Amino acid sequence: MMHTAELLEVFKQYRGDSIVIPGRGGRNWVPVNDGPFDLPLGDPAMGGHAGFGLGVALAQPKRKVVLFDSEGDILMSLGMLVTIAEQKPANLYHFILDNGVYATTGGQPVPNAENVDYVTIAKGAGYERVHEISEIEDFKEKLPKILRETGPVFIRLRIYPEIQNEAIGKRRPWMKRTREQVVVDLRKELSLD
Amino acid sequence: MSDASSNVLSPEIVHREMKQNGVTDVVWLPDSETNWLYLLMKSDPDLRLVGVSREGHACSIAAGLYAGGRKPIILIQNTGMMESGDSIRGWLKGLNIPVVLMVGYRGYTRHGVNKDTAATYTERFLNAFDLQYYIVESDRDADRIKIAFDEAKKRNGPVVILVADEFHGFNPSKK
Repeated sequence: MMHTAELLEVFKQYRGDSIVIPGRGGRNWVPVNDGPFDLPLGDPAMGGHAGFGLGVALAQPKRKVVLFDSEGDILMSLGMLVTIAEQKPANLYHFILDNGVYATTGGQPVPNAENVDYVTIAKGAGYERVHEISEIEDFKEKLPKILRETGPVFIRLRIYPEIQNEAIGKRRPWMKRTREQVVVDLRKELSLD
Repeated sequence: MSDASSNVLSPEIVHREMKQNGVTDVVWLPDSETNWLYLLMKSDPDLRLVGVSREGHACSIAAGLYAGGRKPIILIQNTGMMESGDSIRGWLKGLNIPVVLMVGYRGYTRHGVNKDTAATYTERFLNAFDLQYYIVESDRDADRIKIAFDEAKKRNGPVVILVADEFHGFNPSKK
């Protein structure tokens, strides 16, 4: 098992000029990476990050798009895997942060948490390249090679849960920009507006 | 425009309006009457079709496409739009995505009594979500499609076109 912060620290060395959608890893990513190609969105509506990543990847095919999705999100949108596999965005790297629980609601297990094989699901949906990594040393070794593969690549990362129990109103906000601003900043950086 | 075609909404008109309004990607899930339009879109090399398996998925995909510089349209049915409520709220309204949703208005009738709850709740849903919408019944309403695109840009948010021609509009064999 890995800690989200440590695996993101490793990834940071290899991100290059990629667009990063930190998803559920946003709290750990934003304090050190919050430029125009970082797209921390919090949780606009659960289950949608994969679709957002697909859209950005299709729109910017010359740039790597790295998405840190979660198992809870993708369970809500399993059909999205089929759409991604059909579109075949060669620049999309679809990481799943799998802690087995709904961490932001107190740590209740996701359905059938102990038995779900996300890699098999992704492969069955049509992803041709899939990986599963549980240890940080393995992650360090495999990450550079994974980022050279042709997307879409699906990577399940087994992580420790970082459970939150406080009432939402009492939690410390971690986003530095609003979601709308994140989109505005990206488009501006890409000279679209 | 022929008299015959003016009584229905032609798929050719819908396709033309997409092109004239700069649409690059159609994020969609088929409804009961869109097959002819599908064939038109599929034969257009400048349009990318992104098929989804549940309508709510279309919202975050469209948001990502827009963020990256494309101009998507969402093509779904009213039943799926209602299922997509939280995604419309979070991904389209929440991120200020100026996208048009072209929504098949299943059950719509201006005659007699509505018998389809999909139609019963469609406009109530749109009002509840504070979504501007335009009803398009036939080719004669085609200019409303451009108005919807302009409105989405002006509002910096989603705008809906209700295609109120569900039972004969997109299939030329039924004209």
